[in-house]
Amino acid sequence: MTGYVLRRLGAAVLVLWAAFTVSFAVLYLLPSDPVSIILDAANPGGTVDPEQVAELSARYGFDRPPLEQYLVMLGRAVTGDLGVSVTSGAPVSELLADAFPQTLALTSFALGLALLFGGAIAAASSWSRSTRLRGALLSLPPLGVSMPTFWIGLLLLQAFSFRLPIFPAVGNQGFPSLVLPALTLAIPLSAVIAQVLARSMRTAWDAPYVETALAKGASRGRVQWRHVTRNAALPALTLLGIAVGNLLAGAVVVETVFSRAGFGGLVEKAVRTQDIPVVQGVVVVGALVFVVVNLVVDLAYPALDPRIARTPATA
Amino acid sequence: MTLVSQAPAAVAAPSVVPVRTFPVPGRRARLARHPLARPGVLASFAVVLVILGWALVPELFTAADPLVGVPADKLSPPSAEHWFGTDNLGRDLYARTVHGTGLSLQAALLALGLGLVAGAVMGLVAGYFGGVVDSVLMRTTDVLLAIPGLLLSLAVVTALGFGTLKVAIAVGVAEVATFARVMRAEVLRVRTTTYVEAAVLAGARRSAVLARHVLPNAAAPILVLATVQLGVIVLAVSSLSFLGFGAVPPTPEWGSLVAEGRNYLSVAWWFTTLPGLVIAALVLAANRLGRVLEGRAHR
Repeated sequence: MTGYVLRRLGAAVLVLWAAFTVSFAVLYLLPSDPVSIILDAANPGGTVDPEQVAELSARYGFDRPPLEQYLVMLGRAVTGDLGVSVTSGAPVSELLADAFPQTLALTSFALGLALLFGGAIAAASSWSRSTRLRGALLSLPPLGVSMPTFWIGLLLLQAFSFRLPIFPAVGNQGFPSLVLPALTLAIPLSAVIAQVLARSMRTAWDAPYVETALAKGASRGRVQWRHVTRNAALPALTLLGIAVGNLLAGAVVVETVFSRAGFGGLVEKAVRTQDIPVVQGVVVVGALVFVVVNLVVDLAYPALDPRIARTPATA
Repeated sequence: MTLVSQAPAAVAAPSVVPVRTFPVPGRRARLARHPLARPGVLASFAVVLVILGWALVPELFTAADPLVGVPADKLSPPSAEHWFGTDNLGRDLYARTVHGTGLSLQAALLALGLGLVAGAVMGLVAGYFGGVVDSVLMRTTDVLLAIPGLLLSLAVVTALGFGTLKVAIAVGVAEVATFARVMRAEVLRVRTTTYVEAAVLAGARRSAVLARHVLPNAAAPILVLATVQLGVIVLAVSSLSFLGFGAVPPTPEWGSLVAEGRNYLSVAWWFTTLPGLVIAALVLAANRLGRVLEGRAHR
């Protein structure tokens, strides 16, 4: 068990390091000129002063060879120093820490809603014996994954903020302002969850233990809850890691639609002003969240499914 | 005795019956089983055809000018004259959607092409050569998959700057890993087949084996994946365009069209709803057709 945990932990650190490297390569090494981007961001349309360019190159270390720049930045990142925002001058780690709670509230609420909706659709469709109801339920997920997130958000705003003034249209004040954005994020995710869960539940319904349980007189409802859902939930757990990463990306769009402060709003503004250090910080934190969630899922697996802990070779 | 006397009749009967009750499936029956005969698939096909038409010959579908509006007609609801209504400058939204199709689809196809080609080459090399090359390439895809796609695209956009072409590249970069994964799996499957073994033993060069034997046989699942991913790509491109990183304002583009309507949500529902509906319809249709192809490939 300790070996399993250590291996997983090592893999997580490796992925995080690599994500930092990729973001460095994309943002600093692509055939673009970071100095002129930064100068232009700090002073749009201003004339470029060669002295200023030299000073800035020295400050950010762009006059050094790329490998040296990379090592210096990596060394700082390990200690939690992700550089300084070009536009505001504030430390990136501080900006991220300020924005994080808002996005955490939004994404965790959305995740809860998505699990609820997706689980309900999948369970109802696999439990039901009416082919018509099953067909109707299973036609929902393809619809959910086809709608652009921003469009769902705007439709919800129109319906529940303007037509029926139930929820506030913008802002971060309290729970009511959280409902529509979370719903917007939850709809596409619940569709994905429903698709995966419905498939694994259908396989579970065909399993011998279901037949045994039914033969022993268990009701279909009990079988669905005690046997099918518990066994089908395991494959869906793997999905969670990917889902959380997508939630974070979706938050970029949703927070823009609802003009919410948070991670998404921060990165949207950073891209608009080409604030390279902030964008890098967000990418690294995105990878960090992905890595942590996957680590938790990996570690939860043996607890939920004893078969995994007993075969360490597969880990 | 009765049993014996009845037996010959029972044996003789089938020689006549099968011809009548089980006719060989005719042309009509086979056509009815064709995927296009299913209403959902047919509708998806029609949607894709119409939208392709919009992209290729927009003038054929609308006579209105997408850039010039009639200020007196501003924010008028959908009508026989303006199918999708008009925007805040009195421009016809249907015309803007139709004329925006070309740019949006171009971006999506470019992103798809980039992801497909780069991913396929990566997967081909990784799967065929194996060993260290495989490990390095596949760890790279692991990392690319660990960064949420849209965030990776945003990083690329930050470095390259704004515009439809750059958005397309950004989305394509985020797609590379998905294609590389599937391509590698296919190559691993094909590589162990007897015809590849035979070609290698016959002394064919590695590049020849790759190009003549491995690639053609691994191509089908990749093309199916491409149709499935097209929907994802259209959504990603329109999201970046919605955020304002795509075409510069007067030029219509699907995502930016919806974004322009944001400020008129309370007075003009059609402004955001109808262009967004077109995006959703295309993605839904592409996904449906992708699933049909997937089903046929698995058979």
